[in-house]
Amino acid sequence: MAKYIGKRLIYMVITLALIATFTFFLMKILPGSPVASADKLSPEQRAVVEARYGLDKPLPVQYFDYMFGLVQGDLGISINQFKGADVTDVILSRMGPSAQIGFQGMVLGTVLGILLGMIAALRQNTWVDYTSTFVAIVGISIPSFVFASLLQYWFGLKWDLFPVALWNDGFMSSVLPSVALAMFPLATAARFIRTEMIEVLGSDYITLAKAKGASGSEIAFKHAFRNALIPLITVLGPMAVAILTGSLVVEQIFAIPGIGEQFVKSIMVNDFAIIMGTTIFFSVFLIVIILLVDILYGVIDPRIRLSGGKN
Amino acid sequence: MTQKFDEIPELPKGSFERITLDAKQAERITKPSVSFWQDAWYRIRKNKGALFSLILFGLIVIMSFLGPVISPYEPNAQTITHANLPPKVPGIENLGILNGVGTLGGEKVDLYELKNVEVNYWFGTDGLGRDMFSRVWKGTQVSLFIAFVAAAIDMLIGVIYGGVSGYFGGRVDDFMQRIVEILTGIPNLVVVILFILIMDPGILAIIIALTITGWTGMSRVVRGQVLKYKSQEFVLAARTLGASDSRIIWKHLMPNVLGVIIINTMFTIPSAIFFEAFLSFIGLGLQAPDASLGTLINDGYALIQFAPHILAFPAILLSLIMIAFNLIGDGLRDALDPKMKD
Amino acid sequence: MEKILQVKNLELSFNTQAGEVKAIRGVNFDLNKGETLAIVGESGSGKSVTTKSIMRLLPEQSAEFKNGEILFGGRDLTKLSDKEMQKIRGKEISMIFQDPMTSLNPTMPIGRQLTEPLLKHQKISKTEAKKVAIDLLRLVGMPKPELRMKQYPHQFSGGQRQRIVIAISLACNPKILIADEPTTALDVTIQAQILELMKDLQKKIDTSIIFITHDLGVVANVADRVAVMYGGKIVEIGTVDDVFYNPQHPYTWGLLSSMPSLDTEDAKLYAIPGTPPDLLDPPKGDAFALRSEYALKIDMEQNPPFFKVSETHSAATWLLHPDAPQVEPPLTVIERMKKFPGSRYYEGGAV
Ligand SMILES: Nc1ncnc2c1ncn2[C@@H]1O[C@H](COP(=O)(O)OP(=O)(O)O)[C@@H](O)[C@H]1O
Ligand SMILES: [Mg+2]
Repeated sequence: MAKYIGKRLIYMVITLALIATFTFFLMKILPGSPVASADKLSPEQRAVVEARYGLDKPLPVQYFDYMFGLVQGDLGISINQFKGADVTDVILSRMGPSAQIGFQGMVLGTVLGILLGMIAALRQNTWVDYTSTFVAIVGISIPSFVFASLLQYWFGLKWDLFPVALWNDGFMSSVLPSVALAMFPLATAARFIRTEMIEVLGSDYITLAKAKGASGSEIAFKHAFRNALIPLITVLGPMAVAILTGSLVVEQIFAIPGIGEQFVKSIMVNDFAIIMGTTIFFSVFLIVIILLVDILYGVIDPRIRLSGGKN
Repeated sequence: MTQKFDEIPELPKGSFERITLDAKQAERITKPSVSFWQDAWYRIRKNKGALFSLILFGLIVIMSFLGPVISPYEPNAQTITHANLPPKVPGIENLGILNGVGTLGGEKVDLYELKNVEVNYWFGTDGLGRDMFSRVWKGTQVSLFIAFVAAAIDMLIGVIYGGVSGYFGGRVDDFMQRIVEILTGIPNLVVVILFILIMDPGILAIIIALTITGWTGMSRVVRGQVLKYKSQEFVLAARTLGASDSRIIWKHLMPNVLGVIIINTMFTIPSAIFFEAFLSFIGLGLQAPDASLGTLINDGYALIQFAPHILAFPAILLSLIMIAFNLIGDGLRDALDPKMKD
Repeated sequence: MEKILQVKNLELSFNTQAGEVKAIRGVNFDLNKGETLAIVGESGSGKSVTTKSIMRLLPEQSAEFKNGEILFGGRDLTKLSDKEMQKIRGKEISMIFQDPMTSLNPTMPIGRQLTEPLLKHQKISKTEAKKVAIDLLRLVGMPKPELRMKQYPHQFSGGQRQRIVIAISLACNPKILIADEPTTALDVTIQAQILELMKDLQKKIDTSIIFITHDLGVVANVADRVAVMYGGKIVEIGTVDDVFYNPQHPYTWGLLSSMPSLDTEDAKLYAIPGTPPDLLDPPKGDAFALRSEYALKIDMEQNPPFFKVSETHSAATWLLHPDAPQVEPPLTVIERMKKFPGSRYYEGGAV
């Protein structure tokens, strides 16, 4: 296991270094000067500004400065939007709302999805099953921004049950965005658990448990549930990716002051430092999540745990 | 013994003549064997959801070409005086829907009457007075085009890469897999956005961004299948008979790997449709006046409060396409499943 | 002899998409107290379905009793509610399955899997149950049972897992133990060990055993009586000697001829031609006739009744009808019959 984690960590560092390098040079070849108001400045003024942000140094120097800063958690300085603010600070200051709706969406979606999938599997081929399968297909298919717009239109505008947008009503503000983000994990978990559960319920050890005289609920909860649930860990990674992707648009739609909304804004105004910083932040976040998920799977599943980590 | 003994029946003469059957006949009497593809087709036909989706999708494709043609208006023709008209379909207007009634200043009024519009717009018009009907179908066409081309490229690169990696194995495979491992480590979202940023926005940019790492998924499943089949007897036999590598790959491995390729593609397409719409929605997609479902949704979203129909039609269409594809994909996977089980 | 289980005219079908699979088409047999009854037959002949229907372990959505009864302790098991069945399963009747690799819950320590039926069916505490479980493990020959209670199935070998499954099945001293091909999935040497264990347990406990196998070699070793199944029916039933040395049904002849023996060591093994009947549309008459070189005209038209061969022995084949012609069984079978007093080829001596 330790060897496996070690190998994964090395890959993680390589991947991140590649992403950072790639991002850095990408930003350098992008059209347009990073100094937005450059045209209005005289050459002297411009030189001053560029010197302030280190843009006058040769490219390799800029690159190493950047990479060196990264290792220390310094993502650079915003030029256009937040004159001179630390990108790291900008991101950190916006982490709260993003984390809250992301986490709520993940938990809500996964829990409801597990329930839905369980019920569907236990009532296979009944209307309950068909309904839940339909909900799951719809949840996988409808993009989060469509779903978010619908929620906003009906629950916000039409029925006035929740704030239409903005982040000024505490928990209430987080409800609709969280629900919008919950759709994908909900649908994924429901489909996954249903399939797993049906497979597990048809397995020999369940027949043996029945042969021992276990009751329906004992079969479902003591024997089947755990075995169906453990592999769900493997889709937590894709779920996290979907939540992050969704957060860009959902935050935009509900005007949530989170990282995603900031990211989209930076793209609009070509704030390269923020784009780079956020890109790297996202990458680190997702890569770490996927690594953690793999490790978690190994810790929880006794088959993997005790055989010292296959794969 | 309580074995039940029936009365020994009286039987007509000749009942006890011996007869001979040959074993071949016995074989013939048993169930006829059907080929794998026949079997798969049988199963997909039984899957109502998949079949219905296939028909629905076919209709959508036809309409995406027909729609802009049968509409009397060009997708990009602006008639400012006809802006933000709700949908009106003659014939069903008395049912209380699609009757041209919209809200203005909080009141429900027939906007067509109000604005003195003589003609009908089936899906209404957008903020610039463009016909939503022709725009939505044109947008569908563009979205589908992007998705299909992206999926085709993913398939091509993925199949070749995965096939070569799995077929040659050893050092080649090791090296190629290290690259894939690193590429798959990079979040898709990040790659797509970064690539979109450095290219001129447009259809080409989106396709490149979607395919730049999108093929890794396909390459992985193809490699897995090739690894599984390449050491099987029929392949080894072909090799001993002196078949060339490319012949073995195309004639012997491909047909067996086809199932997973089809299934994988069926899931790549909706994912490409989603990403295109997603990029358009955050403003990285097509530039006006070009439209895809994503840009239409983005435009519609801006007017959600006053003219929800501008959002509704492209959103419904996008959702339908996504649902149809997921159902077709599920159906195909179930139908081709026996081969995928391992 | 006390009959502990009676299966009468059992008919059972699966309702599938392709149609009604008539898996059991009229099965009759009794199980006596303390005896071991072997059920043999090709795969697909309905052995597992028969025994699973006794335990009522078949999928309720598709499996349907069409006819007959299963009498156990004065009750008809086909009519019991699921609640009532739960009290019988694991306590009165228990079961061992074919594949020990998949029979145990992979994420539950084996100790808990062993104590589960004890806690379920007997009013004992957890510590007592644990003690019993350890004793059971010792009984089935598991070394250091105390240490292994906390381990998971994947930490055991296939043979060890089957021992655990056997221990679980014996936990509540069941009246009937059903072993569905308990050695088929194991290596040959392990097979022998598990068979030894089963034989050993036979002596120690007074449970009646239904032992399913497709391997006739195993039968002679463990069984008192044998039922031969074909196409969802029992075609011949009798004591081991009856069936091995005086077989009457052409299918039994086929099975015996295809059994490797010392004399046929180098010779090519006989294989019954053709394939088992399609149970979606079972043939009229004797289902085996299509594959048999002894087929009679009547076999194509009418299902043969059971003909009594002796007090302990009967077979369902028209060849036993008084009007039927005498046929010569295959040579290997005649060799066997020569040793059986009462058979028409008897040459003296004893089996
Ligand atoms: N759940 C089921 N649904 C449909 N058919 C089944 C089912 N289980 C068993 N069968 C059919 O019943 C017949 C007998 O199977 P089985 O009892 O498992 O044979 P075996 O003698 O090898 O144990 C087979 O033809 C099998 O296809
Ligand atoms: Mg069986």
